[in-house]
Amino acid sequence: MTMEISPVRKVVNSAMLSLSGICTLLVIGVLFFILGYLFVHGLRSLNLDFFTKLPKPSGETGGGMANAIVGSGKILMVATSIGVPIGFLAGIFLAEYSGKTFAFVIRYIVDLLNGVPSIVIGIVAYALVVRPMRHFSALAGGVALGIMMIPIAVRTTEEFLRSVSNSMREGAMALGATKAQTIFTVVVPAAMSGLISGMMLNLARVAGETAPLLFTALGNMFWSKGWLQPIATLPVMIYNYAIAPEEDLHQQAWAAGFVLLMLVLVVNITARTIIARGPASARR
Amino acid sequence: MASSTIASSVRHRTNKGLLARLRGGDEISYLVTLICAVAIFVVVTLIVLELWKNSQPAIKAFGWSFLTTTRWDPNGGKFGALPFVYGTCVTSAIALLIAVPLGVASAVFLAEMAPPKLSNLLTFLIELLAAVPSVIYGLLGIFVLLPLIRSYLVPALKGGFGYLPLFQGSFYGVSFLSAGLVLSVMIVPFIVSVSREVLLAVPTEQREAALALGATKWETTWDIVLPYASTGIFGSVFLALARALGETMAVTMVIGNTPKITASLLSPGYSIAAVIANEFAEASGDLYVSSLILAGLVLFGLTIVINALARILILTTARRAATA
Amino acid sequence: MSILIRSFGALALVLPLSAQIGLTGAGATFPAPIYQKWFSSYQSVGNVQINYQPIGSGGGIKSITEGTVDFGASDAALTDAQLAAYKTKNNNHDLLMFPTVLGAVVPAYNIPGVSGQLNFTPEALAGIYLGTIKKWNDPRIAKANPKISLPDKEVLVIHRSEGSGTTYCWTDYLSKVSSEWKSKVGTNASVDWPTGIGAKGNDGVAGLLKQQEGSIGYVELIYAVKNQMPYGKVKNKAGEFVKGELKSVTAAAANVKEMPADFRVSITDAPGAGAYPISTFTWLLIPSQYGDSSKAKAVKGFLTWAITKGQDQVESLEYAKLPKAVVAQEEKQIAKIR
Repeated sequence: MTMEISPVRKVVNSAMLSLSGICTLLVIGVLFFILGYLFVHGLRSLNLDFFTKLPKPSGETGGGMANAIVGSGKILMVATSIGVPIGFLAGIFLAEYSGKTFAFVIRYIVDLLNGVPSIVIGIVAYALVVRPMRHFSALAGGVALGIMMIPIAVRTTEEFLRSVSNSMREGAMALGATKAQTIFTVVVPAAMSGLISGMMLNLARVAGETAPLLFTALGNMFWSKGWLQPIATLPVMIYNYAIAPEEDLHQQAWAAGFVLLMLVLVVNITARTIIARGPASARR
Repeated sequence: MASSTIASSVRHRTNKGLLARLRGGDEISYLVTLICAVAIFVVVTLIVLELWKNSQPAIKAFGWSFLTTTRWDPNGGKFGALPFVYGTCVTSAIALLIAVPLGVASAVFLAEMAPPKLSNLLTFLIELLAAVPSVIYGLLGIFVLLPLIRSYLVPALKGGFGYLPLFQGSFYGVSFLSAGLVLSVMIVPFIVSVSREVLLAVPTEQREAALALGATKWETTWDIVLPYASTGIFGSVFLALARALGETMAVTMVIGNTPKITASLLSPGYSIAAVIANEFAEASGDLYVSSLILAGLVLFGLTIVINALARILILTTARRAATA
Repeated sequence: MSILIRSFGALALVLPLSAQIGLTGAGATFPAPIYQKWFSSYQSVGNVQINYQPIGSGGGIKSITEGTVDFGASDAALTDAQLAAYKTKNNNHDLLMFPTVLGAVVPAYNIPGVSGQLNFTPEALAGIYLGTIKKWNDPRIAKANPKISLPDKEVLVIHRSEGSGTTYCWTDYLSKVSSEWKSKVGTNASVDWPTGIGAKGNDGVAGLLKQQEGSIGYVELIYAVKNQMPYGKVKNKAGEFVKGELKSVTAAAANVKEMPADFRVSITDAPGAGAYPISTFTWLLIPSQYGDSSKAKAVKGFLTWAITKGQDQVESLEYAKLPKAVVAQEEKQIAKIR
């Protein structure tokens, strides 16, 4: 015996389900709109000068963001060398060594760190690095971004190490390896693709951060020498140019936005694809 | 743990000396990784200490009235953060009002309706939205969203709802509304992503039971699946909220930088993160700096609470789905 | 990706300028155009690379006080309290102020249908910024502009969102001409604005002005000129409506009979014919003692150039030259830098 579903319920069913589909389309649409707009406007303003020239003084047109591109690279280098080792090793501790309660506490603290608003990290980096050193610097900016990288580094390391099956660990131990040798010569390599992708995602997220750099790296019209001088970065330049009145600077902001977005998206897509495919051992 | 007893028995059997053990690396490895874990403790403690220490002057001068006074006057030395708290809350509220229905609806589509391959692809794309840097949202906000809002949305709102105090007054582009709209786009991916996972975790037996009783797909979703997953979905909302509260650049670029408390969403306003970004670099005078840092501490406190709530809610749903 | 970064980094290290002294300065946006032009020209003259970040006068004062930059810049003269704060934080050394150029703060506006030059009385400007004048066709504005038809449009007031010397000059002027302003708001680089929306830097104000119809904002003259924005004449103490320009600013400065030893002087609401009432000096904030003697030498070299040869470049950017007497006084103060 089959019951007839009333036409009202049928209509509501199709209507609601279509509505949810429309919402999804809307969200996806926004993504493509952002991409498209930046593509069109950014590409239009992109030229060789952008990558090779320094910014011009106020009032003169032209110039580029060569120093900002390199500057972002330098700061990310500092950030990676601070955030990744600490995060990676702490992640190993959580996955391989720690007892349950201590792990819970550490995870909570890591979550806490992740929740700190980026502007607050900027304040702290100013107080801890800039003020005592009496210098705005790439180092200070790198410290701020490095701190932001730690939580994600910890989480991805722990997650991917845990996904390596125990049989690998036991096999290594059975062959006489110490725990340390097991971890570093067997488990980590097994999780390597995930770890690297995680690091790439981390880097991409931090590359676009602007707020913490406002009062740590400051900015620079020229090339910044070494690590202890103020330095120009892409996101800060985009911000400064976007709120300026000159149309010429707006164009440069679009170009910079395009470059930044492309870098971030390419890294994201690559990393996520690697993770999605996954190492063979992890899936077993 | 099985592996550690194997390890210790292996060690015992081979009877290595101290040097050999060190070369094996266990003690060093344990120490080094432990130090790094502790280092994170130290970093967080440093952050909280610095914030606490540097906001003492403001706490001593104002106490709780810091959060209830509305006058932010660097000239007169009086700092009340209520306008910023108000702005942060209003913009986040607008963002949630838009992003939650949109996000949950999309999650429903992706979890219940779409075939798995399509669902994975679309989710992948939506999560890319979360990777777009904040300053780029700000850039698009200023040059694309503001003109659109001014030309289409505001006239429509005023035409339809102009009698509400929410939509009174002149519109200058920069406003609570604009900031809220930009924020909503920024937090939608979080809601979609987490809600979809929560929905997928609902056991299929629940759905099958409902369908077997003759419910339509929509009724199953609305009456059975969503309530089951509701705790987790609330969790995703809180996560999104925490993100919205701390958002700096995109908001600074479109909110208007005016400390003001008003019912009208069309009015320019200010948020905690935005005022710190604008004024910290030039705040001189201990009370001024201290007040800004205290505002930062308040923001930090808010995000801690909201994040913790989010974690609890999401964990509860995961546990429930696992034990069901 | 890391290879890319590394090669970029190598490029950065190999590229320009060995054995060149690098200085970092931060501060006012008011003189930023001329400073950036100066630093750019001086690079080849004095072999010094000077990186200047326009973050606002407030930022300049804070940075130099905390010692995070080599010099600051501000159009708001430091108060005694600020100078004392500098001394306490810097081993009891003094902070020296050096005027570099003179400029005008002009009321720029964006009113649909109005492209000519409006006349503003002090009462009009004070009323607009106090929020008591809400529409452009208010009689208090219209009275001084009989030939221009002003629309019935709301006035959108734009001010600075951060600590600004331009704000200092503007509020200094308003305090002098309006007792209501003086008691309600006062003079400072950062004030509790009765109305309006905030923008960051002179650039930000100009940018917002361009986008918002019916808006008015105060900017340094060059920002209005280079962005081709209309700006108004202001009624000075002598009762004339004067435009902000080289000769009117110079006339305002000419009233300074005796420049104080620390160069702190306000020339707003200056008496005399042809004087523009919202003019100001702008200063470089230089520590009297540098830890690094090569930096001290570089700074002294630049300052000497700036107040002499550099002055030839200022007028093309609508800044007025320093009076000769002031230059002579400054040369004596330069000797104090060690």
